[in-house]
Amino acid sequence: MPPAKHLTIALAGNPNSGKTTIFNAITGTRQKVGNWPGVTVEKKEGHVQRFGYELSIIDLPGTYSLTPFSIEEIVARDFVLDDRPDVVIDIIDASNLERSLYLATQLREIDCKVLFALNMADLAQSNGIRIDAAKLGELLDLPVVFTVGNRQEGIDELLQKAVGLAESGAPAPQKRRVRYSQDIETAIGRLRTFMAGNAEGDLPYNPRWAAIKLLEDDRIVQQRILAAAGPGGPKILEEAERLRQQLADRYDDAPEIVMTDERYGFIAGIIREVLTTTRRQRVDTSRAIDKVLTDRFLGFPIFVFFIWAMFQLTFSLGAYPMDWIGAGFEAVGGLIQRWVPESLLRDLLVEGVLAGVGSVAVFLPNILILFFCISLFEDTGYMARAAFLMDRIMHLVGLHGKSFIPMLMGFGCNVPAVMAARTLESEKDRILTVLVTPFMSCSARLPVYLVLAGTFFAQRAGTVIFGIYLLGIVVAMLSGRLFRKTLLPGADAPFVMELPPYRMPMLKSLMIHMWDRARMFIQKMGGVILVGAVIVWVLSSFPRQVDYRQDYGALRNAAAQRWQTQIAAADPGRRPVLEAELARELSELRRQQRTEQIGQSYMGHIGKILEPVVAPMGIDWRGGVALLSGVVAKEIVVSTMGVLYAAEADSEDALGRALRASGMTPLAGLAMMAFVLLYVPCLATVAAVRRETGNRWMLFSVAYSTGLAWLVAVAIYQGGRLLGIT
Amino acid sequence: MEIGMPTLKDMREGQEAVIVRVGGNGALRRRLLEMGLRSGARIRIEKYAPLRDPLELVVNAMHVSLRVEEAAQIEVDPAA
Repeated sequence: MPPAKHLTIALAGNPNSGKTTIFNAITGTRQKVGNWPGVTVEKKEGHVQRFGYELSIIDLPGTYSLTPFSIEEIVARDFVLDDRPDVVIDIIDASNLERSLYLATQLREIDCKVLFALNMADLAQSNGIRIDAAKLGELLDLPVVFTVGNRQEGIDELLQKAVGLAESGAPAPQKRRVRYSQDIETAIGRLRTFMAGNAEGDLPYNPRWAAIKLLEDDRIVQQRILAAAGPGGPKILEEAERLRQQLADRYDDAPEIVMTDERYGFIAGIIREVLTTTRRQRVDTSRAIDKVLTDRFLGFPIFVFFIWAMFQLTFSLGAYPMDWIGAGFEAVGGLIQRWVPESLLRDLLVEGVLAGVGSVAVFLPNILILFFCISLFEDTGYMARAAFLMDRIMHLVGLHGKSFIPMLMGFGCNVPAVMAARTLESEKDRILTVLVTPFMSCSARLPVYLVLAGTFFAQRAGTVIFGIYLLGIVVAMLSGRLFRKTLLPGADAPFVMELPPYRMPMLKSLMIHMWDRARMFIQKMGGVILVGAVIVWVLSSFPRQVDYRQDYGALRNAAAQRWQTQIAAADPGRRPVLEAELARELSELRRQQRTEQIGQSYMGHIGKILEPVVAPMGIDWRGGVALLSGVVAKEIVVSTMGVLYAAEADSEDALGRALRASGMTPLAGLAMMAFVLLYVPCLATVAAVRRETGNRWMLFSVAYSTGLAWLVAVAIYQGGRLLGIT
Repeated sequence: MEIGMPTLKDMREGQEAVIVRVGGNGALRRRLLEMGLRSGARIRIEKYAPLRDPLELVVNAMHVSLRVEEAAQIEVDPAA
């Protein structure tokens, strides 16, 4: 069979136009989620085989326009301009024809083949909106297909028409475009002639479009022209600026504003011809729902309830599979213990790989449920309302209403929370949110608080832990204000946001979304954790050659012999008791040996170096090592303390006794909790921060959080001692 | 700016008006225009958020939220 011909189809459209639903309807689960090169805007791609063609479907970011004001718009525009898809399908929301056509007119100005998918026309019709599709196609000189994305209607026809259009060979139609008023058209014409005369070589764009963009003062097109036109470039920009000035004087307003207005005028003409509205008597369900959910008095209580329900679901429902996964890993560990002879390899597998991967894998159910809830909020349209409710509060501390969701998710797990900051449009807001999100105390930190607060504050443990969570929120808020004043000055992005109508969520799209996130979590973070866990294991297990203070082998043999003789002499009824005594003594010896061995391992050496740093917090070198290993993942703090201080079994109670015995005071416990709250959350989060903001901000985040953690912990310990508290 | 011309932020819940002029800096102004908030457009104030900021308005059957400080840039004619 000859290789199928390959076509690229891009999906463009406004946010909330049903674009994702159509994309899901076309590609099903055969989709790949990644990033657009160099930016953190999500790129969704799907491949399907239809009509003997290999079709690549690219879901462009949802935008209202193609001006270069947001990354999403730049990404969408650059894809159409540079990657030249064979066809662009523009999803037109039938309920909102005017705004949809605004994007459409801009697409038509770029030289590309466009096809309309008139989506959700059924819904529009029931709202009394009737659209003459044939007329619309005729007026704009392009094919129009009716679709209902969530019922798979029109999808086949859409693809068929798209393939037909790609293969038609006809150039993109030049007529039926927006015509601007006389003065603007003259300026466009002049600039085109000037460009043709002054540019060396070919300019990268359709000349009319390039001229329009230059008159609109489009920074990106200016740069491209400068790069492409050679020595004539500056002259072209000068001429464009001169014409801009002329137009500005003539209209008493910026040309781009005038042109936006004229596009709307053009659209209004089309709408008059294709749209008929009948007076509707329908009850607006969406408005009725919104009246309750954003009510002056009920809005916040309901919001708090939803958040509470989400966390309840995440942690209570997630606890069951969490236990199963944990038990599964333990079972595998047991199998390895049984079948692999005692060796370095076995230790690596059990203490390094399994412990590392296991510590992450147990959070998978939580993450899945959390993301299910988040997707549910997003797909129903409630997320926009959450931002609407919270914007005032967030704005006070220099953050944006949309920052609230990532910060909230941070209580579950910082990794998806940092990823969720992508929903923020402005880069400054995004970086700011990513920087403060790790101060939200994630669930992995809870075990550390439970041990420390349980040990040192017994009855008041709950209050103390609540206080720690509160401290995290306060630090996040203050840091937000500080960063906004110093590092990322300027106002936060305007809060011009569409509040989409409430919609019934679709299970399929919820599942796809949830699965995408889970996969990202497992792949990207699982790898980091695995590597980190192995490093910690290596550091704590090497060098193998240790000068022990006592000969543990001989001691074990002596103990074994001593008890064996007693066991042999004792009557059979007492033997199990004595055997248990023997096992206890052997395990105590092994623990002592392990403690001594770690003390002399690389990790131990690092701990001794760390001692002067952690001592002001009231923490000894073992605590320092535990904190260091916690960089991999916070749960490891507990298990490392277990190994270093530990008592007999790994029970928390025994650890508590050992901690008290080590001379650690409640005040030091409090300082340590504050440190655990504030310092680098974990390698996976650091990796996520790097992915979202780049190396520089990642380094800053690590340095800032760790430095602040140290200062706060030292302030607590030293301040407390000054006040005479222990 | 003409003195005395009311802006969006002077409007009460449920009030309707026609936009006279959209002010503000370049990016914000353009974004507003692209969302359909341009002179001549008829809008209705749907509601204010519980903390009185931001506000929600309806333009062309679309619900849009704006901060009060942003709404202050939009001059309106409530009588039209």
